[in-house]
Amino acid sequence: MATETIVLTGVDRGARPIGERLHDWVVTVDHKKLGILYILYALLFLIIGGIEATIIRIQLIVPHNHFVSPQVFNRMFTMHGTTMIFFVVMPMLFGFGTFLIPLMIGARDMAFPRLNAASFWLTAFGGILLYFSFIGGNGLYGAGNAPDVGWFAYAPLTSRAFSVGHSTDFWTLGLLVSGFGSIGTGVNFIATILCMRCPGMTLGKMPLLAWLNLVTGGMVILAISPLTAAQIMLSIDRYLGGHFFDTQAGGSAVLWMHFFWIFGHPEVYILVIPAFAFASEIIPVFSRKPIFGYPVMVAATLCIGFISFSVWAHHMFTVGMSSYGNTFFTMTTMIIAVPTGIKIFNWLGTMWGGKIQFTAPMLFCIGFLFQFLIAGLTGIMLGASPFNWQLSNSYFVVAHFHYVIVGGILFTIFGAFYYWFPKMSGRMYSETLAKWHFWLFFIGFHLTFDFMHIPGILGMPRRIYTYEPGRGWEMWNLIVTVGTIFQIAAILVFVFNLLRSLVKGEPAGNDPWDAWTLEWSASSPPPEYNFATIPTVRSRRPLWDLKHPEDPDWKYE
Amino acid sequence: MDKRERGRIVGPIAGVLILLAEVLQGASLCSAASGPSIPSIFKPESTPADSIYRLSLLVLVITGLIFVIVFGLLAYVVAKFRRRSSDGPEPPQVYGSNQIEIAWTVIPVLIVLVLFMATARVIHTIQDARKPDGAIEVTAIGHQFWWEFRYPALGVVTANELHVPVSDSSHRTPTFLKLLSADTDHSFWVPRLAGKTDLIPNRINKMWIDPHEVGVYVGQCAQYCGTQHAKMLLRVYVDSPEQFEQWVQAEKKPAQLIDAVNEGQRIFETTACINCHTISGTVADGRFGPDLTHLMSRDTIASGAAPNTPENLKTWIQEPDTIKPGSLMPAMKLNDHDLGALTAYLETLR
Amino acid sequence: MSSAAITRPSIEPEWVLPSRGRVGMFSLIAAEAAIFTIFVVAYIFYTGKSLSGPMPKDVLKLPIFNTVCLLSSSLTIHLAVRALRNAKVAVFRLWWFATIALGAIFLFGTGREWHHLIFDEGLTINTNLFGTTYYSLVGLHAFHVIVGLIALSIAMIFTFLGKVKPEHSERLDVLSLYWHFVDAVWVVVFTVVYVVGR
Repeated sequence: MATETIVLTGVDRGARPIGERLHDWVVTVDHKKLGILYILYALLFLIIGGIEATIIRIQLIVPHNHFVSPQVFNRMFTMHGTTMIFFVVMPMLFGFGTFLIPLMIGARDMAFPRLNAASFWLTAFGGILLYFSFIGGNGLYGAGNAPDVGWFAYAPLTSRAFSVGHSTDFWTLGLLVSGFGSIGTGVNFIATILCMRCPGMTLGKMPLLAWLNLVTGGMVILAISPLTAAQIMLSIDRYLGGHFFDTQAGGSAVLWMHFFWIFGHPEVYILVIPAFAFASEIIPVFSRKPIFGYPVMVAATLCIGFISFSVWAHHMFTVGMSSYGNTFFTMTTMIIAVPTGIKIFNWLGTMWGGKIQFTAPMLFCIGFLFQFLIAGLTGIMLGASPFNWQLSNSYFVVAHFHYVIVGGILFTIFGAFYYWFPKMSGRMYSETLAKWHFWLFFIGFHLTFDFMHIPGILGMPRRIYTYEPGRGWEMWNLIVTVGTIFQIAAILVFVFNLLRSLVKGEPAGNDPWDAWTLEWSASSPPPEYNFATIPTVRSRRPLWDLKHPEDPDWKYE
Repeated sequence: MDKRERGRIVGPIAGVLILLAEVLQGASLCSAASGPSIPSIFKPESTPADSIYRLSLLVLVITGLIFVIVFGLLAYVVAKFRRRSSDGPEPPQVYGSNQIEIAWTVIPVLIVLVLFMATARVIHTIQDARKPDGAIEVTAIGHQFWWEFRYPALGVVTANELHVPVSDSSHRTPTFLKLLSADTDHSFWVPRLAGKTDLIPNRINKMWIDPHEVGVYVGQCAQYCGTQHAKMLLRVYVDSPEQFEQWVQAEKKPAQLIDAVNEGQRIFETTACINCHTISGTVADGRFGPDLTHLMSRDTIASGAAPNTPENLKTWIQEPDTIKPGSLMPAMKLNDHDLGALTAYLETLR
Repeated sequence: MSSAAITRPSIEPEWVLPSRGRVGMFSLIAAEAAIFTIFVVAYIFYTGKSLSGPMPKDVLKLPIFNTVCLLSSSLTIHLAVRALRNAKVAVFRLWWFATIALGAIFLFGTGREWHHLIFDEGLTINTNLFGTTYYSLVGLHAFHVIVGLIALSIAMIFTFLGKVKPEHSERLDVLSLYWHFVDAVWVVVFTVVYVVGR
């Protein structure tokens, strides 16, 4: 493949007035700007969600604490969960996907740029609507303001009878609106990846990040809809006198659970698969080897995507399903561990025989591997139905899913931040500060979430604003709370690093990591049109081929 | 190796050692944690909890092994394949290996198969257990935020503190519970006796316990049910057969009419109390709140939120929000005299 | 200043990818199908579980005429798009208008049915489980018919303004996919509500 490098002189436009630049950001349909908007939005809510978590932990640091009232506490855990899932992790992942996918597949933008913008603003508005509940949700006395029904809002607690006022409706409507945004993003991801790849990039040659986001997109359009449907039904119950979940009229509380978890379980895979995508891009580059077993990684992801729609009732093992039902869902839950485990082995296989560089992105991905392994194993424990009868709804579960979402997903998100920050901003971050971030967060994470398993084993349920002394839970809750201090410190270091590097960082150049996918051929940050000429590729690592013309990938793939 | 390289190894190794220390300490504390009031799932005292415990040991051993192997691999890879000098060619570019992929697919499938079979068996033995003839039958009804217990065959109605006989392996007297709910979802969880089962409105769930040791077992509601979910506590009293028989006989009796506390009884019967509470043998037959006929036979009030003392009783009646803010017990706003008389009456409800 | 590595395209086989509009529409249809599935599941689950009130067999009559209209509109829209592809704009306009008319008749028919159910039979969304699930499911479908009719009408307006040309047939084909989906959903709803569930 013949190549030549053309030096393009950037046009010097001079500083434009701030109003114009802000307006640019508000009306943009450029996937890069929208991606960054998603990420910044998510970062803001990460901090808000973190404050909610801190309030929870302070309240639980000793038994019978009076830091906040039960009503406030119940709002805190509801908002914390809802915020983190819908307004932090999802937008964060969609943001990275939106920014990266066109660049990685050699396209100029997403398939539907205006839909892209609409999706972002719908998501953003949904979050604002949810948070407006703090001010606007007041109904009758005792109704509270922000929703306090838990992030999965089980019926009939959410019925008019038990959730007076409008707090539940803010939950319903905020998520309904942002759900439409998510579906839009899912449609966009699918259409972009299937229809906009550059010449030569067959499905078998696109970066794993593209594959995994394709699967995620497919899951989004199939999984968010059940939640949308259930929320419409809930609103019909609450406002039109419907009886979908009205147990007094013969309705079923369990039906809500089924509908919610048919969304809820694929949802957590929607959260984790893009995290896998980050790891699949970062680990090879810093091991200096291609990903081990690309076809198997794709197949495993497809399997995970499909099987994830068949495991949902493992969240319902205690509701009194028959032994056949429980057995079936135990089986599917354990089966899904197999492709997941295969992925871990493939990442290890990538690192094996490599020359590992412990840059910040790689450190976070190694942390991810370690923690996701543990999370997966506690998941297997929870998948064994009888064991689940003890552990479900306890702090063991809370520890498990935080291990997945924080120890797994958030770690890869941090890795992705550091890995692509140079591309997005044109500057390098401070590696020293990043390492401080990593170690502080690692220590804080483990202090909090390792020890959190123990109160669960000792019988402590979740969603309780206080607990009895003398049950052996005090010391563990104390340690768990102490861990949050380190995590807060780490986040502060992280944000400081980002802000400082934006202003004072070294210019990054196109390809600071000596990486191999197409985004590193564009400038940092890329021009609005991404590529001067749409590239043609011949292998999965087009830049490797360019840099190693004597030994290109396409000879071996 | 230079200082930076050394630092890069020392850091992770220290981290790992700290983690190991954590795990060992946690494990030892876990096993040491065994007072009667510590509801550990690893200290079962009843057949279903025993079965779960044994299964959990198998699961822990298998997952523990997997952890050791995979973590070992990770640690090895990170130590052995770190970049040692900044120059040098790229390492051999290996794309994959079908044999290895097959190996690490087949082995996990076999492990999953083993785990699944073991689990399926326990699911069946617990869920499909037949009710033997000597079983005690209890209907548990979940309320916001208290537990109603009815023994239909024995004619007993009580609240929050469940009494069951200990079950001898030679003459089994397990307790089979029917679980209902009067309002939202709840969950009955006493870890040392059984896994939890939910109480869901418009649905009948079943569970059973088969305790082998006399004692008091604590638990609490394990499905978020509203503001005071946290204080919907449970106490299960596993009595010897004689103690249980005694308890049943006492509970079956209606409340004694005692002249000395007549005034208190009158206050009870003419205030809103009877809208919610039942005291059998009187006109009070409300069902919204707990049955108070034998209130003084209980160690706690407000579903475990406070010990059953006259002071707490007075507080509960006058200002329930200081004990359980958001509970559905209204503040009765009695004057001191009435409150005293009423409490004196309640104190006679043994 | 930026530098970009570019590759000089050699003589390559033609690079053909699916059309964005089609993929996007199929994805949207998948999402909508998932929503409808949940409402259908709820309907089926609650069949026979109402504690009181009118039952389906008491009050529902097979909406044959409505169904024929709606399903025919799938045919007419197909004919419309085919005509446009063959550059027969006038014919296209005719069949497109027929589609809208048939859809409108369907909606009107549903409205009449609901009027009868509410005022003559006393069945509303809060009467019982049947009422809740029936109005939700049929209503959700009717909502999608309305959205479809709005989209079709916008296209009709553009047609009258003379702006629709044969090269737009691909886009209108994509829109017709949505309309076919709405009709397909009606087949399911009809079967579940009026045939099986009664």
